[in-house]
Amino acid sequence: MSCSRMENKILEYVDSRLKESERVEVEKHLATCAACRLRVNEFRAVSSLLDELPVIEPSPAFDLRVHARVAAEPVKQSWWAWFPAPRVAIAAAMLLLATVWVGTRPNPAPQIAQDDIPVLENLDVLSNFDVLSELPQPVQADDGGQTNPQM
Amino acid sequence: MARSDVQLMLDVKAGDEQSFTLLLHRYRSPLVNFLYRMVRNREQAEDLAQEVFLRVYRAREDYVPSAKFTTWLFRIATNLALNSVRDTRYQRMEISLDAPVTVDAEEGEEKTLDVAEKNPNIEQHLVEETRKKMIRHAIEKLPEKQRAAVLLHKYQELDYGEISKILQCSESALKSLLFRAYETLRVELAPLVAQHGK
Repeated sequence: MSCSRMENKILEYVDSRLKESERVEVEKHLATCAACRLRVNEFRAVSSLLDELPVIEPSPAFDLRVHARVAAEPVKQSWWAWFPAPRVAIAAAMLLLATVWVGTRPNPAPQIAQDDIPVLENLDVLSNFDVLSELPQPVQADDGGQTNPQM
Repeated sequence: MARSDVQLMLDVKAGDEQSFTLLLHRYRSPLVNFLYRMVRNREQAEDLAQEVFLRVYRAREDYVPSAKFTTWLFRIATNLALNSVRDTRYQRMEISLDAPVTVDAEEGEEKTLDVAEKNPNIEQHLVEETRKKMIRHAIEKLPEKQRAAVLLHKYQELDYGEISKILQCSESALKSLLFRAYETLRVELAPLVAQHGK
């Protein structure tokens, strides 16, 4: 293994994340390369120094703030929410079907009932009754509201 | 037996709010620590961590367990952190044009002289504080993506496959990124590394 190939392996070696076969290969190189050996030791030192940083704890109000922000979220409605409840939808569909059925039903021709025939005959006689046409025409009242002196 | 992260998330999806609380308890500390080390401001780190949980909650209905929960969680956190770091950098550039910054708020927080006064071994305390500050600054000086890679690798102990998915790069690119980051840290922390070898 060359020193340049070591660059991709060195950190995994320090972290003990290499496969067994790769580890053996790296150690073979380290046995013969002082520069890479030094680098491995220095990387181990860096890794150890990074462990010295203290861990901080979130503030006591952290959870409350998250829950408050979550609670303030608008309720998300999916497009299914626009559909009515099943019972309402079924009732609406049935009403629509009934309307369509009534609207498309063939309209029967109007029939004259037997009881209506004498009334129609009387109306015909009355409309052709000459005596009625000979009666004097009614006189309209004038603007002043006075009655016609001939009357 | 504790439910897996994926199971908890599926339960949240089914409307179980309690499972969300369990996820919150499980990941609040790792997230706040990761974000704190990314943005170097505690208040901002907590705000960002809250935002991560809020986004998880918002996405619950569309959640599909196609990857590990931690990959998804830290991907959200990393994206938020990287955006925040970039925004802060621009803000700092604007401030520096207007007025010189005399005291860094975070530096002020680190000056725990009152603690040192209570400590009988003040010299040792100051040495430890200086050491921690050096380590923090060395991490802080790393380019953002390298920093995120180191934090996810070192403190979250995620495997290379997961980290490469979070950072949206190949595994070999990640290994190269980590190598360069450790090289930089090795140089920045040279005095401490030398002491460590003794």
